[in-house]
Amino acid sequence: MSRIVADVHPGPGRRTRWIIIGVIGLLFLVPVVAMIEFTLRKGLGGGYDLSRWIAVFSGGLGPEYKPIFTGLGNSLLLAVVTVAVMLVLLVPTMVLVRIQFPKLQRMLEFVCLVPITIPAIVLVVGLAPVYSVIARLFGSGVWTLAFAYGVIVLPYAYRAIQTNLAAVDVVTLSEAARSLGAGWLTILFRVIVPNLRRGLLAASFISVAVVLGEFTIAALLNRVNLQTALVVVNKADPFVAVIFALLALAFAFVLLIAIGRIGGRPHSSHRSKKAPA
Amino acid sequence: MTLSISRPAPAPAEARSPGSRVELRSIVKEFAGGHRGLDGIDLAIEPGEFVALLGPSGCGKTTALRVLAGLEAATSGTVLIDDADVSRLPARKRDIGMVFQSYSLFPHLTALANVEFGLRMRKVDGDERRLRAGNALEMVGLGSFGGRYAHELSGGQQQRVALARALVTEPRVLLLDEPLSALDARVRVQLRDEIRRIQQDFGITTLFVTHDQEEALAVADRVAVMRAGTIEQIGAPEDLYARAATPFVAEFVGLSNRLRATVEGGWAEFCGVRLPLLDPATPDGEAIVFVRPEDIRFAAAGVPVDVVSTSFLGAFRRTAVALEDGTVLSVQHAAGFVPEVDARLHVEFDPAPVTVKPWES
Repeated sequence: MSRIVADVHPGPGRRTRWIIIGVIGLLFLVPVVAMIEFTLRKGLGGGYDLSRWIAVFSGGLGPEYKPIFTGLGNSLLLAVVTVAVMLVLLVPTMVLVRIQFPKLQRMLEFVCLVPITIPAIVLVVGLAPVYSVIARLFGSGVWTLAFAYGVIVLPYAYRAIQTNLAAVDVVTLSEAARSLGAGWLTILFRVIVPNLRRGLLAASFISVAVVLGEFTIAALLNRVNLQTALVVVNKADPFVAVIFALLALAFAFVLLIAIGRIGGRPHSSHRSKKAPA
Repeated sequence: MTLSISRPAPAPAEARSPGSRVELRSIVKEFAGGHRGLDGIDLAIEPGEFVALLGPSGCGKTTALRVLAGLEAATSGTVLIDDADVSRLPARKRDIGMVFQSYSLFPHLTALANVEFGLRMRKVDGDERRLRAGNALEMVGLGSFGGRYAHELSGGQQQRVALARALVTEPRVLLLDEPLSALDARVRVQLRDEIRRIQQDFGITTLFVTHDQEEALAVADRVAVMRAGTIEQIGAPEDLYARAATPFVAEFVGLSNRLRATVEGGWAEFCGVRLPLLDPATPDGEAIVFVRPEDIRFAAAGVPVDVVSTSFLGAFRRTAVALEDGTVLSVQHAAGFVPEVDARLHVEFDPAPVTVKPWES
């Protein structure tokens, strides 16, 4: 059978695959290695040491680096609020469309994917007047950026949840729960959400990664987040700015690996016994 | 209702309640675009009765069941359970147990937790809930499988758990929406008989939707044959088979030979054979007559036929024979007699009443 499948879908050979991975890996590795090398430079005298890394991890940074920690705090807060906005708005909408209004499926997909086609700079032009209203309603706290971020993470979050949703027969499960006496909230929280765990985790992680890497909207709306803080600090001490950029990159990388592992893991179970018919 | 699932053994017959009476009155279901899924069906199911809705795909049988379950709203008509109008009651309040065609166990819960779900919704306390759920699993022969997840169970086992889950809340009505269609033949028959046993043990009013006539005839007290949103005929399996009210029923339920005949005065005549009509009011003229293969037998004299082919089917044999005008008939007979292909034989017809439909060239 596997041979038939292989015949039908001929993939690249083992060597070709390694070459592709090697070339792409090199492409990504060069700037990362260059950044690391840059942070290890001693100064104009030449040579390398770990003094800047030690200073970052031992808390030996002066008050001029405070914007980075403020930005990091803001970004983490934004990540949490963005994930909350995304989960509260997107998940019930997607489930509702799936169960009750399947004809709206394409429309929802289109709406969710639109933000990926609009450059952030264009988005900000549209968001500026919206944010004057938001400022009146909710104040100008940095967390309000999460409304905008909720929009930019939509395409990624939608895809992650949709993939999971397509693999679960939510219509039948919800009907079974209804026939057993469950109301809609019970169905959502006790039947559907537990079965969308992988999709929701993936959507949350990818949202966090997007928020931590966001610069344009925060900069143009005059808010401080990790990326804008790095730009500020970069002007005074590019070495430390690059260290934090590397750390943010490593964090995003870990998140993506986690998403991959969640997606690839079989359904949770204590055993894996498949009984005969 | 005394569906005592807290005890694996059913209650004695005299202690059992007779179940609920279910009635669908003039149910119409119109879908978007004006298509009528149900065209004014009337169906009454007596307490404790097992009724099968049988029909081809798209005939409206599942829609009828979903309307009864409250999963679809009827465009018009009334759904009554124990003479109370439940038409506007949401599914969760109808107290109906349902087993679906596709596997519907909650994948994140164990078999036991699945069965407990309905009891949780009814706020049954922990110990009693576990006891009743465990007993329900015992009832379907899966007492030791409570800790397994759906993906660790076979299709037949999943449907058994779904059956236990549907019954554990002691519902007024049990609805089965083609629960066997995804299973292999052996498990189908096994589970079919098990469903019937449990239904009879507990006397629960049951509506069973299927497109498999053998399944319907084997388990149901009465079978309703549906076509294009209406019920063509409803009756005991034996009646339905022997006295098909319409050509559609004759063709859909069991095998029928189609023969061109002349109808006159309540009799059909073909090849020199005269058979009484089930509906003597059929107008005279050319018609198609439906004759069951088992109502034709080989004889020393009668209508001459040539043997075309013969198939061994286990307990019996079915032989295709050609009349002189080329019409091919199927004859069912004892497996011991093996006709030779191309042999000239004779057949005679049982004088049982037959169904006819007017000839349409």
